[in-house]
Amino acid sequence: MKHERGMKVARTLACVIVVAVCALSLGANWLAPEGYAKQFREAPGAPPSHQHLLGTDELGRDRFARILYGTRISLLLAPAAALISTALAALVGGLAGYLGGIWLKLARGFTDLFLSLPWLFLLITVRALLPLNVSPLVSVLITFLILGLLGWAASARVLSTSADSLRNSDFVLQARASGLHGPRLFLIHVLPNLKPVLYAQFWISIPVFILSEANLGVLGLGVAEPLPSWGSLLRELEGLISFREEPWRLVPLFLLIVVLTSFQTLLSSEEVTA
Amino acid sequence: MTGRRSFLRILFCFALLSALALFSTAAIAQNGGQLRFCLRAEPKTFDPLLVDDDASLAVRYLTGGVLIRVNRHTQDLEAELAESWKISKDGKQIAFKLRHGLRFSDGSPFAADDVAFTMQRLMDPALHSSTGDAFRSGTGTVTTKVLSADQVVVTFPAAVAGLDRLFDQVAIMSAHSPKKEGAVLGPFMVGEYKAGSSLLLERNPYYWKKDAQGRRLPYLDSIHLDIQANRDVEMLRFKRGELDLINVLDTDYFDRLASSSPQLVHDAGPSLDSDFMWFNQVANAPIPEYRRAWFRSTNFRRAISLAINRDDLSRIVFNGHAQPAVGPVSPANKFWFNSKLKADAHNPQAALALLKADGFHMQNGTLLDKNSNPVEFSIVTNAGSKPRERMSVLIQEDLGKIGIKVNLVPLDFPSLLERISQKFNYEAAMLGFRNVDLDPNGQMNIWLSSAEDHAWNPKQKAPETAWEAEIDKLMREQASSIDPKKRKQSFDRVQEIVYEQAPFIYLVNQNALSAVSGSVSGANPGILSPQTFWNAERLTLNGTARASR
Repeated sequence: MKHERGMKVARTLACVIVVAVCALSLGANWLAPEGYAKQFREAPGAPPSHQHLLGTDELGRDRFARILYGTRISLLLAPAAALISTALAALVGGLAGYLGGIWLKLARGFTDLFLSLPWLFLLITVRALLPLNVSPLVSVLITFLILGLLGWAASARVLSTSADSLRNSDFVLQARASGLHGPRLFLIHVLPNLKPVLYAQFWISIPVFILSEANLGVLGLGVAEPLPSWGSLLRELEGLISFREEPWRLVPLFLLIVVLTSFQTLLSSEEVTA
Repeated sequence: MTGRRSFLRILFCFALLSALALFSTAAIAQNGGQLRFCLRAEPKTFDPLLVDDDASLAVRYLTGGVLIRVNRHTQDLEAELAESWKISKDGKQIAFKLRHGLRFSDGSPFAADDVAFTMQRLMDPALHSSTGDAFRSGTGTVTTKVLSADQVVVTFPAAVAGLDRLFDQVAIMSAHSPKKEGAVLGPFMVGEYKAGSSLLLERNPYYWKKDAQGRRLPYLDSIHLDIQANRDVEMLRFKRGELDLINVLDTDYFDRLASSSPQLVHDAGPSLDSDFMWFNQVANAPIPEYRRAWFRSTNFRRAISLAINRDDLSRIVFNGHAQPAVGPVSPANKFWFNSKLKADAHNPQAALALLKADGFHMQNGTLLDKNSNPVEFSIVTNAGSKPRERMSVLIQEDLGKIGIKVNLVPLDFPSLLERISQKFNYEAAMLGFRNVDLDPNGQMNIWLSSAEDHAWNPKQKAPETAWEAEIDKLMREQASSIDPKKRKQSFDRVQEIVYEQAPFIYLVNQNALSAVSGSVSGANPGILSPQTFWNAERLTLNGTARASR
């Protein structure tokens, strides 16, 4: 009883946090009217003040504004990329596990091969093929699309194993005995039972994609300046030695942890309800 | 009474002995100990004639003996292994008189045939030595003639400008020692090398220099060089007292260290290094024709230069540890810098006036060319270089203020090099130039229109513009003259043309930043490489540091 009440409070809190973060990021135009790119050159690296709630970055840009706009981008695009990769994983891994036999072996071989390929070179090639005059927004869309298309293999392996174990379960056998087969059996009985694994893979992918996006900046992909994202904001933590001196610089990291934890708390409640 | 006198005598003798003991301890305290610092990469070679990388350069500087040394502090030439030297009037010949009685680190004697052997090996085309390339002024062979054990003459097929300075890079090798590059004439010699980990340089027992008191140098027993690429680790170890020097510090690290230990950091002022940007002017580059026309316009390039706020670049990106750059020569290069030139001050109005002269006009905050094409271009730079990435963001905003849209594209270095030197598939690029050579001859590969490194339009069969033709002429003139005044005149004019035409838009000269531990005495960090240990043979460690190692 106590545990349930605690979970309810946690879910309410998580809901409030998610709604508040979404509302704040959507209201960035009003909350930070100067925008994310404006350089206050007289105050680079300034501490928090009335004018700059979270201080300014090394180039004098308002950190609060950059976090709000960066949240908008990352909160929209990282889950979108995670959705693409999870859908692909469900298609490849889930189907292979459901079909079993040679299909399962083939899918596992393919995912192993996919995981072992040096994708860094593909990404470098993609950058080479892209025109240089790409707007920051297009650049960020391409980045997350690539992440979504390349990030499915590890999840597919997990899903194929789960689907394989479901294939011979009692309720699937009973469904088969009742005359269900093919895609209908997969969609009605197998896929819903893969939901917890799919959710887990989805939520695991989001921070991975956010951090991958930050690292892709090294290849000239990622989010182009001056557009902010959680990834580029986290990159600013490189070389930060003392947290005590500038604790406000940890806000993007704190935000990432809080938002992902909140989403997972809400997700677990959905699972319980389901 | 007698007893008291005796007592006083004994007391006097005791005091005298104590004073002598203390004095001798103080004298000994000058010597010994192990200096520690980091190399940021593995030395690629220990062969002094094949050195091409920073780590090998550092090892060569500490172990190699040279005939003539450029004093890193005064920038003047000093006699080292050569007691004196003389260059012939035609600039083709240099005669050295060598010091007597010197020995290599293995005890073998140093003589004129070692110089002859080194020069012959250096100039052997099969060796592919970049140090040797600097001496190649014309076709033909380089001859050496040993006149006596202490006299040698080196003759070149054509005049070599700044000939004596080039010998600062030539570490003399032994012609007879079986140890070959292991036998050195510098203050230290390679003791132990652990690939990927560390390098121990031990005191050369036969090093020839002595201090004013007649004590043999170097003072240190050894130098321990850790191979460490990670700058965070280097900084932490320096703070813990495990390292004594950081030869080159980034601005961020410098300020962090300065806030806690201001006495350990040294800002020696503008270095020889510069950061700059340029536009692609290659005729067959895959860029739209109307954009190439912008990039080939002097007014356009000058306008961009005027629109960039260099003071802000220095202040914001480098926290004031950089100076607005004027041209290809840093003010730190005392002799060759053209002091008549001043860095462009930020002047967007003047920039717009220049653009107007070329038919550009503003419409709703966007700059359009005479055919109403909006002015937009990309700047490529190497990803991972925080200063350049930050500078490009500031420039993006500066140019935005005159209606120009700039897209920033940080690229991995191999892709960047491929674009700027092979495919020419870029519009503007930003890079830095690490200049280790004071003499403009080291920049021939940049300024000659036929050169591969003539970045904005390389490998031209004939100069495509009159000003490039003039630069070619002036650079060749200064390279073939041995009169320093004439050479200076020619290169001053080159600097003026570069300023007027802005093929490279120079941004900043970064300051030479370094750190020296409080346990080191005698260090005098400068702007020329190696900044902190150029006088390594005269560095000493205090007692605590010596005892801890």
